Amino acid sequence: MNARLLAFLLLIPSLLSAQGFAGLGTATEDFATPQRPAIFDFPKDHGPHPDYRIEWWYLTANLQDADGTDYGLQWTLFRTALAPGQGDGWSSPQLWMGHAAVTTPDAHFVTERLSRGGIGQAGVTPDPFEAWIDDWQLAGPDFDTLTMTASGPDFAYDMALTAQGPLVFHGDDGYSVKSAEGQASYYYSQPFYDIEGTLALPTGDVAVTGQAWLDREWSSQPLSEDQTGWDWFSLSLGDGKLMGFRLRQTDGTHYTAATWITPEGQTTPYPDGAFQAEPLATTDVDGRDVPTRWQVRLPDRGVDVTVDAINPQAWMDTSVPYWEGPVTITGSHTGRGYLEMTGYD
Amino acid sequence: MLLTVTDLTKTYPGPDGDITVLNGISMSMGAGETLALTGESGSGKSTLLHLVGGLDQPDGGTVEIDGTDIGGLDDAGRAAVRRDSVGVIFQQFNLIPSLTVASNIAFQARLAGREDRAWNDSLANRMGLTAQLTKYPEQLSGGQQQRVAIARTLAAKPKLVLADEPTGNLDEATADNVMSLMLELVAETNAALLMVTHSERLAARMGRRLHLRAGQVA
Amino acid sequence: MTRTGLLALLSHWRRNPMQLFTLIVGLSLATALWSGVQAVNAEARASYDAAAETLGEGQFAQITHPSGTIDQATYVALRRAGWQVSPVTEGRLDGIRLIGLDVLTAPGGLGPVDLSNGDLTVEVMLNGVLFATQDTLDRLPPVDVTTRAAPDVAPGVILTDVGTAQRLLGLDGQLSRLIVAPIQPVTQPPLADIAPDLTLRPPQAGSDVARLTDSFHLNLTAFGLLSFAVGIFIVQGAIGLAFEQRRPVIRTLRALGFPLRRLVALIAAELLVLSVIAGAIGVGLGYIVAAALLPDVAATLSGLYGASVSGTLQLRPEWWLSGLAIAVGGTGLAASASLWKLARMPLLASARPRAWAMQAGRGRIWQAVAAVALLALAGLLAWAADGLVAGFGMLAALLIGAALALPLILDRVLAFGASRARSVMAEWFWADTRQQLPGLSLALMALLLAMAANVGVSTMVSSFRLTFTGFLDQRLASEFYVYADDAEQAAALREYLAPRVDKILPIQSANQDIRDIPSEVFGPTPHATYRDNWLFLQSAPDAWPRIEAGEGTAINEQLARRADIAIGDTVTIGGTAFEVLGIYGDYGNPIGQALITEATFEALFPDITPLRFGVRMDPADVTPLSIALRDDFGLAEANMINQAGIKAFSLEVFDRTFTVTGALNVLTLAVAGFAILMSLLTLATMRLPQLAPVWAQGLTRARLGRVEILRAVLLALLTAALALPLGLALAWTLLAVVNVEAFGWRLPMFLFPWDYARLAVFAVLAAVLAALWPARKLARTRPADLLKVFSNER
Ligand SMILES: Nc1ncnc2c1ncn2[C@@H]1O[C@H](COP(=O)(O)OP(=O)(O)OP(=O)(O)O)[C@@H](O)[C@H]1O
Ligand SMILES: [Mg+2]
Repeated sequence: MNARLLAFLLLIPSLLSAQGFAGLGTATEDFATPQRPAIFDFPKDHGPHPDYRIEWWYLTANLQDADGTDYGLQWTLFRTALAPGQGDGWSSPQLWMGHAAVTTPDAHFVTERLSRGGIGQAGVTPDPFEAWIDDWQLAGPDFDTLTMTASGPDFAYDMALTAQGPLVFHGDDGYSVKSAEGQASYYYSQPFYDIEGTLALPTGDVAVTGQAWLDREWSSQPLSEDQTGWDWFSLSLGDGKLMGFRLRQTDGTHYTAATWITPEGQTTPYPDGAFQAEPLATTDVDGRDVPTRWQVRLPDRGVDVTVDAINPQAWMDTSVPYWEGPVTITGSHTGRGYLEMTGYD
Repeated sequence: MLLTVTDLTKTYPGPDGDITVLNGISMSMGAGETLALTGESGSGKSTLLHLVGGLDQPDGGTVEIDGTDIGGLDDAGRAAVRRDSVGVIFQQFNLIPSLTVASNIAFQARLAGREDRAWNDSLANRMGLTAQLTKYPEQLSGGQQQRVAIARTLAAKPKLVLADEPTGNLDEATADNVMSLMLELVAETNAALLMVTHSERLAARMGRRLHLRAGQVA
Repeated sequence: MTRTGLLALLSHWRRNPMQLFTLIVGLSLATALWSGVQAVNAEARASYDAAAETLGEGQFAQITHPSGTIDQATYVALRRAGWQVSPVTEGRLDGIRLIGLDVLTAPGGLGPVDLSNGDLTVEVMLNGVLFATQDTLDRLPPVDVTTRAAPDVAPGVILTDVGTAQRLLGLDGQLSRLIVAPIQPVTQPPLADIAPDLTLRPPQAGSDVARLTDSFHLNLTAFGLLSFAVGIFIVQGAIGLAFEQRRPVIRTLRALGFPLRRLVALIAAELLVLSVIAGAIGVGLGYIVAAALLPDVAATLSGLYGASVSGTLQLRPEWWLSGLAIAVGGTGLAASASLWKLARMPLLASARPRAWAMQAGRGRIWQAVAAVALLALAGLLAWAADGLVAGFGMLAALLIGAALALPLILDRVLAFGASRARSVMAEWFWADTRQQLPGLSLALMALLLAMAANVGVSTMVSSFRLTFTGFLDQRLASEFYVYADDAEQAAALREYLAPRVDKILPIQSANQDIRDIPSEVFGPTPHATYRDNWLFLQSAPDAWPRIEAGEGTAINEQLARRADIAIGDTVTIGGTAFEVLGIYGDYGNPIGQALITEATFEALFPDITPLRFGVRMDPADVTPLSIALRDDFGLAEANMINQAGIKAFSLEVFDRTFTVTGALNVLTLAVAGFAILMSLLTLATMRLPQLAPVWAQGLTRARLGRVEILRAVLLALLTAALALPLGLALAWTLLAVVNVEAFGWRLPMFLFPWDYARLAVFAVLAAVLAALWPARKLARTRPADLLKVFSNER
């Protein structure tokens, strides 16, 4: 899902406004591009792919404390390459960016880290799995059993994750098409983590439990040049999980795609148009109008729900700003989920 | 003769060529003589007085004081004449504003190097200025100022006193009073007095009278 | 009708172009002085800001290692422990300071370099780009890296990526220091747990490099303030003149039925236009002045403090706007009083300028009370208060009080002179001079302030010079200094030098916090060099022998003052307690310093190998030795310093300082002289009634003219006599109050009688020049004009 296309060439603000979101729509030059059929090699593919321009390890979680209060959590490591190849020391073209956030119903804590590749300050090793930037870490003996830490100036967390199901692959067995012109990425997820741990907030420590969803995606030009941003949903709907996104295009039309995931981990991909998402209400977030209540439909599965932000002010005020936060689901189904919206700044 | 003026001429540059203000004036005065100079406004009375007093230079003719032709003198020479031989009293602004009355009275006499303190005191006394000696000119009335000017002039004991409407700014009674004092003192020091006046009454109190018309003695 | 009125008003200027000229020149000069000083100031400040931004000094905490090198692995370990630090690798590239930063983590980015261009940022990280001013780039030897002119980078500094810096300097994997981001995560272990040998130096409010350079800056600021005061006086004079001269025109216009309000509006509009024109000319002049001075100022600052100022002047809106504001505002201020008077002037008031009355008693009493109160306040502040604000408050009170007191003091002096006068001319001279005072007092106040500023600033700069050269003798006692790049080279160097010189004195230092104050500890070899040249401000008996025996330490004045340490107190260095046996002056150093003897130093800091050496030798052999070192030993030219060279350079720097202060001195005096000229011209028209009776009673015009000049000389001399103590008080305040408050050290004050005498001569010269023209005019007044005083109402 494109939605996660948060790249951070971003260090390069001029590109932000130029084409697409955060430079993701620019030409690929010498980078490798995703090919069909997608063939994965694990655990190696949990590690980085330096010949592709952009890649991420993107984890979101819906949490609850003992009182039933909802929390959202995000841990993301982005890799972006200025040129293909790993490179050495300071001259490595690989750059890393970490985003961490905790969302409560009335507060949103965000922090960001940046690092050059090649000097050991940030990176990912597949086996045993470790993804890190500075003191943040997502690591474990294998991809199913992980611990996760992050810290910022006003919050920190320390979590443990255990996968309760298999990896799932989006699109055509992990080859995920992002536009009518055929831009694509490699994209798989682990949507079945049980998660528990402690949030250290300014108001004190909070013990929480819940479900987490980890996205892995890499590509070199996932966005078409006429796409300006996306709205991405990961929804837990009781009888299944739904991942769907909507790419907004300059002519006002949308490109959508979705994956239906059964509790056993079987997937059904949906082509453009099957998944529909329409904004119902917007919220003024720091001077921007951001849709924070949505009508989401997947008629093929009888899904017709209203999605509401738990905290409409979940704005990520980072190098590349975007909205990311937990949501509640009502309508044909109920549940919790995560919403990400880019291109509204 | 104390003062001999011969064929004196003076012209001023005007907008349409030169204007001849004095055109061949001749006259003379002896010691102790008093002479009233009368004439219409603009007839050249003040101009004549200035030339006689070494305050300005003629264009032609001579002014002799005590046998010296002051026309041939340079700036410094004329300044010496003003200081040593003549005393001038104008209608206004005779006094040095930064000096006290006493210093004003003594000024010219001291400049000429012949200060006589006793004489100064008696002048101040007779002019009724004893109470004003430490005051500054601007603290005095017009009549008082003119009396200081007269005292100042006579303190230096000049041979020739020149006065240009000295009482012109004063009321009649004050003018008469000042005039009397001046005549008295001039007589006492045996100085000659040449006075410009518009007043028939004052002119009548003088020994002689000279009337100017169109730059000439009428 | 407005048009007619305007034409009548303007016709005055057409008939008296000289008056218009003086008005414009007066205003322009005041503006030029102000904006010139401001331009130099603004430029210097902007350069400091650039330098501060470039170096990140002061505003961020720093982490250092005593050896000066931090392993890159340690940096990564710190990051992975949660320390938000950013790496810096710096060194000299052919003598030019090269600073490498990491654009991703540096809290200030790449300083003033604009990285909004994405391709450029990529280029910086991938291939390397050197950013520096064009001047700096021109001095750079050819390198295999793209260079780019960046005007806001501090001069003499190259900014680049840390990786590029490591490569160019041959320092792979080595960092010089770490910058600590101001915001750190909540979970952060203590530094000692991760890297026990690193030192965290907190951002030092009050003693960073920028504030140190402010010492010189203060000088300029004081000048700026004084030039402002002088400027206001001169504007006041110019406007007063314009009004006095046009009274007849104004009266006539009103008598003819021109409405007063419209007249006032017309004059105000006319003055606005004139002041804008004059202000613009002044700003232009100021720019020229500043441009002429700036290279020297830049050299002065970089030489003195190592802070660079770029040698080119930019038209900064803050100073040209302030220049225009001074011209217009000053004119408005000065004109409002005159316009107010005009508005209240009865229609038939005398058109003749009022002869100066004896000053109204009450106004004088108030002026006296204000002057005494301000001077008392200054005294009180000097005695009782501390703090930088109090120091400046004291300066202001002192200057304004003195300016207000000036006419009163002069009046008393002249009255005394009059009472002692023997001759009639002397009596008149004193009395008449006294009468001129009210009309001249503004100009004389300007002269007083200009002279006091000159005395004060030149005393300060000269004292600084003497102190500093003494200090150089102390610190650069060795004839020759050499630097090794690493320990290996250091050993080879010692071996090479040993048979060739008298004595090698290693210079080794370690960074330490002493009583929580960042300090450096030095461990000199016991040698006569130190005993002879390091003079203590305070010391215990036998200080040197005891220090050499390892019994104690000597510390610098900064440390003593800041930590309130006295002789006999104990300080801890490297975990060992030392008695403080001496306190020495350490001018210009922002941080603390302590000396312990070599053996003790080596015991406490075994890891530190000295890389710098002072070499005692015959000065005549320095040049051959340095050639041998270069050709034979292969030591880089940049690693050798000839002490005589440094001293010569320091003196040269001071001489440039003198050029600047000297030029500003001449300029302020010139402006004050111009103020006198204009005041005299104003008075000249009113003086005829005062002079005519004297002339009529037997003085020549030439003599009157000479007396006028004599009067100006007298007033200038009297003002100079008063300016001297005022200037010395000013200098004392700057050196002993403001400097201590700002920088933590007191500059000893020296007196320079010859300089003061020369200044007095200049002041008199300025006054004579100012009086010359009016005096000449007086000497040439036609008798007819003098006679008019007596005959008709003018
Ligand atoms: N400085 C001068 N420049 C040009 N013309 C002058 C000057 N002084 C006087 N005059 C002219 O010379 C003429 C004589 O002037 P003067 O002052 O001698 O007259 P006056 O007889 O004293 O008149 P009044 O009785 O009004 O005082 C007048 O027409 C006057 O305008
Ligand atoms: Mg007349």
